[in-house]
Amino acid sequence: MSAAGPAVTVPPAPGPGPAGGRTRQRPLALRLLARPEVGVFLGAVAVFVFFLIAAPSLRQGGSLATVLYQSSTIGIMALPVALLMIGGEFDLSSGVAVVSSALTASMLSYQLTLNVWTGVLAALVVSLAVGAFNGWLLVRTGLPSFLVTLGTFLILQGANLAVTKAVTGNVATDDISDMDGFGQAKALFASSFGVGGVQVKITVVWWLVFAALATWVLLRTRYGNWVFAVGGDRDSARAVGVPVTFTKVSLFMLVGFGAWFVGMHQLFSFNTVQSGEGVGQELIYIAAAVIGGCLLTGGYGSAIGPVFGAFMFGMVNQGIVYAGWNPDWFKTFLGVMLLGAVLVNLWVRRTATRR
Amino acid sequence: MTDSPLAELRGAGKSYGTLRALHGVDLAVHAGRVSCVLGDNGAGKSTLIKIISGLHQHTEGEFLVDGAPVRFTTPREALDRGIAAVYQDLATVPLMPVWRNFFLGSELTRGPWPVRRLDIARMKRTADQELRALGIALDDLDQPIGTLSGGQRQCVAIARAVHFGARVLILDEPTAALGVKQSGVVLKYVAAARERGLGVVLITHNPHHAYLVGDHFSVLRLGTLELSAARGEITLEDLTHHMAGGTELAVLEHELARAGGADPAPLPDQRDPRSVSSPREGTT
Repeated sequence: MSAAGPAVTVPPAPGPGPAGGRTRQRPLALRLLARPEVGVFLGAVAVFVFFLIAAPSLRQGGSLATVLYQSSTIGIMALPVALLMIGGEFDLSSGVAVVSSALTASMLSYQLTLNVWTGVLAALVVSLAVGAFNGWLLVRTGLPSFLVTLGTFLILQGANLAVTKAVTGNVATDDISDMDGFGQAKALFASSFGVGGVQVKITVVWWLVFAALATWVLLRTRYGNWVFAVGGDRDSARAVGVPVTFTKVSLFMLVGFGAWFVGMHQLFSFNTVQSGEGVGQELIYIAAAVIGGCLLTGGYGSAIGPVFGAFMFGMVNQGIVYAGWNPDWFKTFLGVMLLGAVLVNLWVRRTATRR
Repeated sequence: MTDSPLAELRGAGKSYGTLRALHGVDLAVHAGRVSCVLGDNGAGKSTLIKIISGLHQHTEGEFLVDGAPVRFTTPREALDRGIAAVYQDLATVPLMPVWRNFFLGSELTRGPWPVRRLDIARMKRTADQELRALGIALDDLDQPIGTLSGGQRQCVAIARAVHFGARVLILDEPTAALGVKQSGVVLKYVAAARERGLGVVLITHNPHHAYLVGDHFSVLRLGTLELSAARGEITLEDLTHHMAGGTELAVLEHELARAGGADPAPLPDQRDPRSVSSPREGTT
């Protein structure tokens, strides 16, 4: 059996060589470049240094905390969106789903005069259900995720406005800050804590905790392996026994969980919810994931990349303000960053997968 | 053939709506034997293996594993019964490392549930051992499997199936996209798998490759079984003749001769089977 044939990589050799079969590893630089987050890490450092020079007021701790806070609100959502993207799909409804979740919690608690935690849990159920619906429809029909989630996006956008107006007679929900359980929920979702005299929002901590968790799941668990597989080649994955349906549906539900968390953060920091918000945010999340090195077509990416991607967003967003520039240029800046990141990623992948 | 077959099709068929892709096919897979299924593009080879491997369900006839009728709804069920398919294009996820591909769908883990994690060291070690047992030496198990050659990928897939205790190994056109040398390597693994006592179903449209390793030959044609013969009952010439179109070929030859200008001598297929170049594969 062991003498079955010559080694395929080195045709003249009669069998596995004394070097243990691993005759030659690819160079370290190539293996490093093959990591999806390398490009965005360098980009984030570049943007960071650039704005530290261009905007001196950014060098204070308070400003940096603001940048991190801004990054975390994008970053928490960018994580599940990135995992979903690695799994081969994306979700256009993620932006308005955040608002749907916040509206659900707010209106349910207020109208029925319940403890806010009831609303919070109901919102979680609704968010997970929306995700499950997206995933189920996608798997059942085989339609592209663009179409399925565009439909959900429009449905939620309309429902957010219509239901809010019907229930409250207004486009925003009522203030729930004096209701039972508000303090506890605010502590969990929207509090701040001091570090060396600087107030840091708790979402920054959650962001980094979730990122660490997502990285571990993606690289160290069976589920992570399945995510890469269903995104890389769904038919191959199915053929070797990967539960494709479960993986896809659960990824959509994970986005639902992210939408719930960010929705709760918004609700408990501002006490009310504007029903028309959230539109366009889904593209920001997707952009952060792509800048973070995730392949739009699936099968490749990381969870740590989108952390840097979201940080770049927060940095540019606040950096422009602190530098005293016209903030209208923000989106233009983002567009350039996105294209740059896509090109760098393309180049990196070609270089890294070349033998 | 006194031993009972590991897997068996009896009059099996499959219709997609009004299209009858396969009809009345008998096939028996025995331990330690290679059953070759030959046929032109569109003959129903792919449908046949999809039924056996659990990707599709048969709509007529019977499918038996160890003598009992079964109906697999997912490839996972087929795998659990020891039936593993190695597809030409469907075997691997190109951007994932070799070792992750090797254990995909059957990952090794350690630790209790909330922190149950991949046992990466053990998976890499096992993959390396299994690949080297089949004589495949790779530079780096962390490289994406897409960077390997077609023959190497095929061999990784075979090694994977053997490692996971496959009793029936279905190979879909393992040599179609390969050069002469690499085809030889793959056929050696087929023989090696047979020596280990596996029942092998070899799908191919190259009668020469089939005759090198086959113990039983089935030729499919327009979804039905045209020929089913053991190795002793048929010569390579017969097999090539059936494979190349048999009676249709004789008619074609006749017509070509009548059209004038064409050489009325027999077509080279019939005179010398070794000169036939098999068409390159598009999956059927």
